[in-house]
Amino acid sequence: MITTTSIEDKLRSIAGAEHFRAATGEDALCGVLPQFVAEPRDEQQLAALLACANEAGLAVIPRGGGTKLSWGNRPARADLILSTGALNRIREHAWADLTVTVEAGCTFQSLQESLAQHGQRLALDPLWPERATIGGVLSTNDSGALRLRFGSLRDLIIGVTLALPDGTIASSGGKVVKNVAGYDLPKLATGALGTLGVITRAVFRLHPKPRTSRTVSFATASIEEMQKLVLAIQDSQLAHTGLQIRCGSGAAPVADVLFEATDAGLNAQETRLQGILESVSSLPSSAQTWNARQCLFSAAGDNNLIAKFSVLPAHLALTIQLLHGLAESQNVHWQTVVQAIGIGTLLLEGEANSLRAVALHLRTELEQYGASFVVLNRPRELQALDAWGNPGDALALMRAVKSQLDPKSTLNPGRFVGAI
Amino acid sequence: MEISPRVLEEFRAVVGARWLISSTEELHTYECDGLTNFRVVPLAVLLPSDTQQVQSIARICHRERIPFVARGSGTGLSGGALPVENGIVISLTRMNRILEVDLPNARVVVEPGVINLDVTGRVQPQGYFYAPDPSSQSVCSIGGNVAENSGGAHCLKYGFTTTHVLGLEVVLADGTLVHLGGKTFDAPGYDLVGLFVGSEGTLGIATKIILRIVKRPECIQTLLAAFPGTNEAGAAVSDIIAAGMLPAAIEMMDELAIQAAEAAVHANYPYCGGLLLVELDGPVPEVEALMEQVGTICRQNGAWDLRVAQTDSERALVWKGRKAAFAAVGRISPNYLVQDGVIPRTALPRIMSEISRFSQESGLRVANVFHAGDGNLHPLVLYDRRIPGQEQAAEALSYRILELCIEAGGSITGEHGVGEEKKKMMSKMFSEPDLDTMQRVRCAFDPLQLSNPTKVFPTPRICGEKPGEYVPHPLESAGIAERF
Repeated sequence: MITTTSIEDKLRSIAGAEHFRAATGEDALCGVLPQFVAEPRDEQQLAALLACANEAGLAVIPRGGGTKLSWGNRPARADLILSTGALNRIREHAWADLTVTVEAGCTFQSLQESLAQHGQRLALDPLWPERATIGGVLSTNDSGALRLRFGSLRDLIIGVTLALPDGTIASSGGKVVKNVAGYDLPKLATGALGTLGVITRAVFRLHPKPRTSRTVSFATASIEEMQKLVLAIQDSQLAHTGLQIRCGSGAAPVADVLFEATDAGLNAQETRLQGILESVSSLPSSAQTWNARQCLFSAAGDNNLIAKFSVLPAHLALTIQLLHGLAESQNVHWQTVVQAIGIGTLLLEGEANSLRAVALHLRTELEQYGASFVVLNRPRELQALDAWGNPGDALALMRAVKSQLDPKSTLNPGRFVGAI
Repeated sequence: MEISPRVLEEFRAVVGARWLISSTEELHTYECDGLTNFRVVPLAVLLPSDTQQVQSIARICHRERIPFVARGSGTGLSGGALPVENGIVISLTRMNRILEVDLPNARVVVEPGVINLDVTGRVQPQGYFYAPDPSSQSVCSIGGNVAENSGGAHCLKYGFTTTHVLGLEVVLADGTLVHLGGKTFDAPGYDLVGLFVGSEGTLGIATKIILRIVKRPECIQTLLAAFPGTNEAGAAVSDIIAAGMLPAAIEMMDELAIQAAEAAVHANYPYCGGLLLVELDGPVPEVEALMEQVGTICRQNGAWDLRVAQTDSERALVWKGRKAAFAAVGRISPNYLVQDGVIPRTALPRIMSEISRFSQESGLRVANVFHAGDGNLHPLVLYDRRIPGQEQAAEALSYRILELCIEAGGSITGEHGVGEEKKKMMSKMFSEPDLDTMQRVRCAFDPLQLSNPTKVFPTPRICGEKPGEYVPHPLESAGIAERF
């Protein structure tokens, strides 16, 4: 990419010298070093910087807390990092209406702390809440165990404001929970990995914080038995909030059930659960239980691979059996945390070539069942491994959407499915 | 304009003579949907039996630049299924098979013409239900629900249609078949399912829909509470929410709506100024504990008559009155308009007093039915078409109410859609760049704007405005673009 001093000057003059700098090694992503970093102070400035970069043919990488910058494919180009760090205000917590309008750069935790003052929360448990920003959590569609009860971001977001590469600032959705006026662009932006526009603001529906909660854990000897119990719990009239299964090479599967209710409700539900478990006895659960997904990332070193898979709930045992067989044949060590709805986070540890073999085989197998396997983190040697897998016959349509909103492929080029 | 005999012959070859309607008399059946004050007679109506036929029809339309409108049961209240000038209607009522019921994974795969309530009917014996429950659920189709992102009383807790659609098979405007989403969550790529649901037929035709079903809760209780007025009832709603509860539904009716419902179905509602209906569901001890709290809150806010419906038949009667409320208004007025505004719930007292002021000023009665938990208002403006000027006055009043909703930070539609009726209001709710961005997305799906054109957006956008690549907009060719 050819850049001239004049472009640098232009960008600097828009951002202000103190909010614009040359990129350093720490700004590199997937081994690609961008040229500049800008931290606009407001939405208008962000849009102006984006439009200026777009005009000049620079590739722009939006960045929030930077916790998940390695997700997706390696960018084809990267020139300007556009940080949302300064867009971090909570604009309006309409607590009596159970909604909040928040800027993209606000960290998840500071939002939660503020909502908690009114006994409310955004009912989501993303990774690294103390650093991850609203914009980043949305763009990567990150979700955890609470999803079973409250849905994912697509079910919680009710409004979005995007800065498009041509400088347009566009809002869609609104501030009320129920609203079908116009296209649902909040959902389109969710999980788009910042390839359609830079999220500058979002509006969410909120939920009351639970009065009390309790976790019940139990172990089974085999994954088949675990599958049976998990389906029985899902088919029951229990009103659990979360249900995750933890397992790995050489470890018996353990499940954790989260209840959030009144005290009377908790006792009754625990008794009911025990009825389903019959002779399987419950285990003591620790505070780390609901951090299990994040712990997989902490455990991962530079030579490991982390993936997200999504399978049908009844294919849990089948998936684990496939995984177990493939991992064993390649001498790969594995650990996974799977939500009962079928979304799992998988850690694979081993030689790069073995990791590739397990990942690709498992992806091929799972795709035959209509499931997906997306690589999140991988060792440097596997940088070329496609993160996404088969996007199906809607790829042309996705490319058309991309080219309508970002015709010059300015935003995160090459990072998304089908090299979008 | 008439359709050329050659094209008509092609259409006939696709669906068979029996399923092509082209006689003027029969076409009148399709001239409107549930919003009857807009009428357009289509050139033809086709009733395909499968996806391939829908594709063939779309290909012919694309080649001939004939706009089309997909239609389910035609119960929509915003004119979404209103035919467009010089266009055809593709009715999906024959595609009404439930293709797959997968209980372990809680999925049901249906064709678009399947009736909403039939999904629940199919899985009820196993203790499941399909959550979105628009009041028309015994007749409306899933395809129409997808187009409008239909809600219903229970979406407060369970979410809207979009929450329950995981995957779609879609025929695009040029006849291409695409599969969006799937049976599993988070399919890689853009959430085109989320975009398509609620796009009001402007992005293509859904021919297969993968739904999620929900396990029926252990216990359901419905409380009826009579208040002096809607303000007291509204205050109780706020207190219930502030106490950290998320009921399955909270509905409110004002005096006139109660009268109408009583006259129609004898639901045995208490006669009062504001009636609240609160439904809680979940495990028995939980529901019992919370229902007691709800009762206390209602009494504190002035409720005098509290009744809890516990059995299925008691609950059915309570809901029958609420769900029949729109039609019931027909008993007390020759004509009425239904609106579908949304406000932040806290604005309710102010909006109510404004609505009553508007009502007095115009001399028209307004009955109010609300999904109170999520601030979705359904004011019913009563009028008599035979009195000159009343219909126009009623329309003006209903638009004033929508403007009030926008000013309060709400929306012009919570579940009925924009359709034909409210497209003029879109530019009051959204800025030009907002609408333009939505239309750019539309251009990705349907560059010629053949799929339900002229709906949702106040002004059509011409796609692909590149020098030397000018394609006349179908509306221009059709000579109706100046309508906007």
